[in-house]
Amino acid sequence: MLVGWPVLIAVLVPFFHNPKTRGILAYVGACGVMALTATMLVLWLRNGATAVELYAETEVIDHLMLAGELFLMCLIIWQSIRHKKYPVILLSVAQTAVLIWSEFTHPVAAAPHISIDSMTMLMFLIVGFVGGLICIYAVGYMKAYHHHHTEYTDRTGFFFSMLFLFLGAMMGLVASENLVWMYFFWEITSVISFLLIGYTRTEEAVNNSFRALWMNLLGGLGFAVAIAVAAATIGSVQLDDVVVEKAVIPVALLALAGLTKSAQLPFSSWLLGAMVAPTPSSALLHSATMVKAGVYLLIRLSPAMAGNMTGMMVSLIGGFTFIAASMMAIAQNDGKKVLAFSTVSNLGLIVACAGIGAEETIWAAILLTIFHSVSKSMLFQAVGSIENSLGSRDIEDMHGLLLRLPRLTYIMGIGIAGMYLAPFGMLISKWVALRAFVDAGNILLVLFLAYGSATTMLYWTKWLCKLVSLHHTKVKVQDVTRQDQYLSMYIHAACMLLLCLFFPFLATTVVDPIIMEIFGTSHMVLSMSVLTTMAVMLMSVLFVPSLMFLLTRSTHRHYVPIYMGGINEGDNTYFTNSYGEPEHLYLSNWYLRFDFGMRRLMRPSVAAASGVLIVMLCLIIGGAV
Amino acid sequence: MAKLAKSPWLLHYDASSCNGCDIEVLDCTTPRFDIERFGIINTGDPFQADILLITGGVNAQCESVVKQIYSQMPDPKVVVAVGICACTGGVFKDCYNIKGGVDTVIPVDVYVPGCAARPQSIIDGVVKALEILQQKRDAFARSQKSDKS
Amino acid sequence: MMRVLSVLLFLVLAPLVGALLDGIDRIISARMQGRQGPPLLQPFYDLAKLFSKQMVAVNSVQMLLNLSYLFFLAVAGAMLFAGADILMCLFILSTADMFLVMAASSDSSPFATLGAGREMIQMMAYEPLTLLMAVGFYLATGSFHVGDIIQMPHSAVLAMPGFLVGFFFITAIKLRKSPFDLSTSHHAHQEMVKGITTEMSGPTLGIMTVAEYYEMILMLGIVALFFLDAHWWSWIIAIVACLVIFFLEILWDNVSARVKWEQMLGSCWGVTLLTGGLNALILMLIR
Repeated sequence: MLVGWPVLIAVLVPFFHNPKTRGILAYVGACGVMALTATMLVLWLRNGATAVELYAETEVIDHLMLAGELFLMCLIIWQSIRHKKYPVILLSVAQTAVLIWSEFTHPVAAAPHISIDSMTMLMFLIVGFVGGLICIYAVGYMKAYHHHHTEYTDRTGFFFSMLFLFLGAMMGLVASENLVWMYFFWEITSVISFLLIGYTRTEEAVNNSFRALWMNLLGGLGFAVAIAVAAATIGSVQLDDVVVEKAVIPVALLALAGLTKSAQLPFSSWLLGAMVAPTPSSALLHSATMVKAGVYLLIRLSPAMAGNMTGMMVSLIGGFTFIAASMMAIAQNDGKKVLAFSTVSNLGLIVACAGIGAEETIWAAILLTIFHSVSKSMLFQAVGSIENSLGSRDIEDMHGLLLRLPRLTYIMGIGIAGMYLAPFGMLISKWVALRAFVDAGNILLVLFLAYGSATTMLYWTKWLCKLVSLHHTKVKVQDVTRQDQYLSMYIHAACMLLLCLFFPFLATTVVDPIIMEIFGTSHMVLSMSVLTTMAVMLMSVLFVPSLMFLLTRSTHRHYVPIYMGGINEGDNTYFTNSYGEPEHLYLSNWYLRFDFGMRRLMRPSVAAASGVLIVMLCLIIGGAV
Repeated sequence: MAKLAKSPWLLHYDASSCNGCDIEVLDCTTPRFDIERFGIINTGDPFQADILLITGGVNAQCESVVKQIYSQMPDPKVVVAVGICACTGGVFKDCYNIKGGVDTVIPVDVYVPGCAARPQSIIDGVVKALEILQQKRDAFARSQKSDKS
Repeated sequence: MMRVLSVLLFLVLAPLVGALLDGIDRIISARMQGRQGPPLLQPFYDLAKLFSKQMVAVNSVQMLLNLSYLFFLAVAGAMLFAGADILMCLFILSTADMFLVMAASSDSSPFATLGAGREMIQMMAYEPLTLLMAVGFYLATGSFHVGDIIQMPHSAVLAMPGFLVGFFFITAIKLRKSPFDLSTSHHAHQEMVKGITTEMSGPTLGIMTVAEYYEMILMLGIVALFFLDAHWWSWIIAIVACLVIFFLEILWDNVSARVKWEQMLGSCWGVTLLTGGLNALILMLIR
């Protein structure tokens, strides 16, 4: 059902050429997705919140999927030939061939293809609500986008169709228990992200989309080989069996697929390149949902990775990505790039947690996933709206945004605070992760986390400071953000605050059952009193400044200009330069480009990460064979 | 001396002086004279200063600057003109660009003559300024009170 | 009961003790430079003056951000003295610092913005060690709780001398001492005027100063944490150790010049890795 509805909408959307009806259809589709998810949740809870397994016998669907698989392969081949990117074809053909060969030579026992447990339910909620809201946001955004960018052909219908198709695929992916099914949905998300990145059809967009494609296909190849090996060795392509059996090679290859999907180093560049796409797709694919597919897979695999080589590989790569990406984020002044790097970096942390595979780390990983999805999607939407209003997404241009676009700035502020400030969710998860890393005795990860938090702090703080600078400019900015965009962002902001406020509740009712399911046991990771303290702290972070505001509002102040050596030109925006002429005051942030620039750090970190990855993979596979 | 006058912070501004007096002002902070004995700190920031120590006869270019930094100092505040140029314009009085004395631009409370003014007399001038500061403070406190009532 | 008492004592006494220590600091510094220096109670005179001055401001939010800074520093300190989780205390500390940075950037003035940028680099420089130090306490005593750490049979410093050295290094940043007084400084004639405090005047600066005193006591409290154990005499050792560290900071302040941010960041991260990282590694291996 959940898969079908978005797909239906996706099929319908391109037939409506009138923007208005298309918008309404998108609203209906998004609301439908959310309503279905909610119904699903209620039904599932009423059935006792236990794992539900469905579709044991699915001969027909399997064949349909195979056909779909072949269709995807043909699509990729056609696109590759059109754009003269031939190596991609090899990857695509290879994995499809491996899969088909495996299906015909190693028959596996029939088993449930769909399994719905708490983890799946959580992912349903994230995908359904965050994704649905993004679709609502996209209706308003795409109008403004094409209003600004007249140079691109308007393919909004296609865009929406892809968005909904993507939601359907995501739903299918998280619900699949059978690896072949999961693989099918996995491939769909890869191809859709490829199509969405290439939306504008500029040369840059096409190049970036192909980079995304080949990296994801590499992961897909790993996935396909993992399926074949699993079918050949343990005679089953159920995810559960693979995890329980701790089949070394399939787990390692699946982990590789997870790493590519969640854009870990050395595969980070596809996500960074993906920022050329319109913002809703960046928000949907690259922060809230698609990259979460990789993380989801790794969390599922985590019991099989606890304490072995694969786990070490995954956690090392994750930890390294966390610190390297957060360092590179410092040197970025493009708002979306910073968000992209921060996504990569936070995913790194989640991946590291999953790689350790202990109860506490998974606890932290799940919470990080929840908070990251909501706040990052909100930030992407806010940056997209700011870009539409301001005509730029350069952080330097956001100086004093508080006075120019106050509503968007508050939303940004909540998002940024949610990403790193003390009592908000992300930080608590970081705290738990730190403790778990210490318990796991992994000094390297502890160091990565300690230094990475420091660099994370820097790039968020300087962005926040840029926003709150009270700089009065004479340039008026028109807020062109539409109501539906605001609606989506307000709901996100409210969600964020509620999630933080009801953190103890969230931890006990959502996360603990998932831990139960994965590990069979569950104990309090953080004591209730600590969690309650956090909630109280959060209240104070929100209310202290407001209280102080009320207290200080009545005090009488004598306003004077800022200090510029006494040479202000009457106000705070101009000063007299050494020629005696007025000059506009321009305050730049720190970017530390020479020390933390992408040019300096990207290559060494990609090299280091690939080295680790290749060597460890060889060791794992060699050791297993 | 009342407690409040024990913490006067200085702002030193050079309004086109020949730097003779400025050297002497800096001399006051050295171990030999050590104005920190009186709790005096050279802040260099008008927002935190109580005493504006100004040298040189103000010229056309820095007139607005003097006015501006004076306006940025919070009440109560006093101005000490250090050196003969700051007092009257000195030998530069008749120059085309010299206003002639700080008091042509902002109100001055204490005049410290000399070319260059000796550190002892600068310290003496600052201590004199403290008394005026105290009076202004009392007046300021009274005005604050009457504002509230 | 004891906890409430100790928090109350901290909240009331910290500014007083902080101001007194500041007075001692200024006298010692003056003597090191061959001067007589101000009276011991000079910081109190300064504070009294600051709060009696006219309220000059460049915008309406700086005051409230400064008050939030004070509030969160007091909370962070209170958590330490209540025996709560040290990691949480350090997180709140950095949140507090962020409010100060925001207060400075809200001016949108060249000098304050410069100071704010440097303050952020400073935060980045000291943050890894504070986190690692919390890890160190956990490894040495098995708990993140200050209440448990001070009930150990042996002082934590025996297991983590490296961290103490590292902490001494970064305390220079937190106390705004040379060579790391990049964002604002106690001394006159700066290239960036007064850095983050440039536009703070009168009561606003007074609040900031009180907050700094809270921070100073918090830092010394952490130093004491290294030495405290279940024995009563460890308190005496801890107080003596705090005074020694404080004196060494003053000495270091007076013998060194300010460094550039690259040097600060590099040296702080390097020292963190050498002292904290190595110490943590050894603790992990022998655990």
